[in-house]
Amino acid sequence: MKTSKLTMLSLCTALAMIFSFVESQIPTMLPPGMKLGLPNIAIVFVLYRVGVKEAYAVNLVRIVLTSLLFGSVLSLAYSLVGGMLSLTVMVVMKRFTPFSCVSVSVVGGLFHNIGQVCVAYFVTDTAQLFTYYLPMLLVSGTVAGIVIGLVAGIAVKRLEKWTPR
Amino acid sequence: MKKRDFLLIGTILLAAAALLLASRLGKRAGGAVVVRVEGKEQATYSLAADGTYPLNGGTNVLEIKEGKARMIEANCPDHYCMNQGAIANTNETITCLPNKLTVTVVGGGDDFVEIVG
Repeated sequence: MKTSKLTMLSLCTALAMIFSFVESQIPTMLPPGMKLGLPNIAIVFVLYRVGVKEAYAVNLVRIVLTSLLFGSVLSLAYSLVGGMLSLTVMVVMKRFTPFSCVSVSVVGGLFHNIGQVCVAYFVTDTAQLFTYYLPMLLVSGTVAGIVIGLVAGIAVKRLEKWTPR
Repeated sequence: MKKRDFLLIGTILLAAAALLLASRLGKRAGGAVVVRVEGKEQATYSLAADGTYPLNGGTNVLEIKEGKARMIEANCPDHYCMNQGAIANTNETITCLPNKLTVTVVGGGDDFVEIVG
């Protein structure tokens, strides 16, 4: 791996971790899981600017490190399922459909929420998580996904020349 | 952003909004809350009587006041369950993931008397 690539991926991981931290500091009156998904800006950026393998690597390192620093074992399982499901859906969508990165980000955000609610259901065995939380999360997740997708799209475009080679 | 992106996102947004609306249509004032830990029912408290109840051996404290239930104490680091505020309508749920605990509003209206206890 070239130094320029390593440096760039490390920067993106650090940025994603900072986004995670900032997001965790926003006080919420909302149900858990309703988030902007700021770290996804960095993940979408790496996916489009560098590649699939690198996006998985950055995402995995980001999730493990932020959970160790600010979370718990449960939050690790929880974000790992959401994060990996979301990224996998985005990878598939980017490769096999003609949609832009805003759509990819929206669908990725949705699957992040779906994955997390599934883990929460697995842990609590309470069906109301699907009938009460999930509809709220799908609406907020779509709106957040649009914002994140637009921002990531701008970053992907503006930083074209920054791509390591 | 192309036309197909607007179409896809528009469809998703509409579908999500419809689902949200559908989940809210059947809502009515609840009569009691059910406390579950790992899916097993631990206790049921009437919403009609004010009170403060320690849950799950004291990991969380539930307060019922003026027909609404809210979590006022939790030993977890994030306190999401406390931030969620008060619930009073059927199906509304407070979740404390670290303690694998949920509080769900059930019943109301005619079956209210049977639920007390």
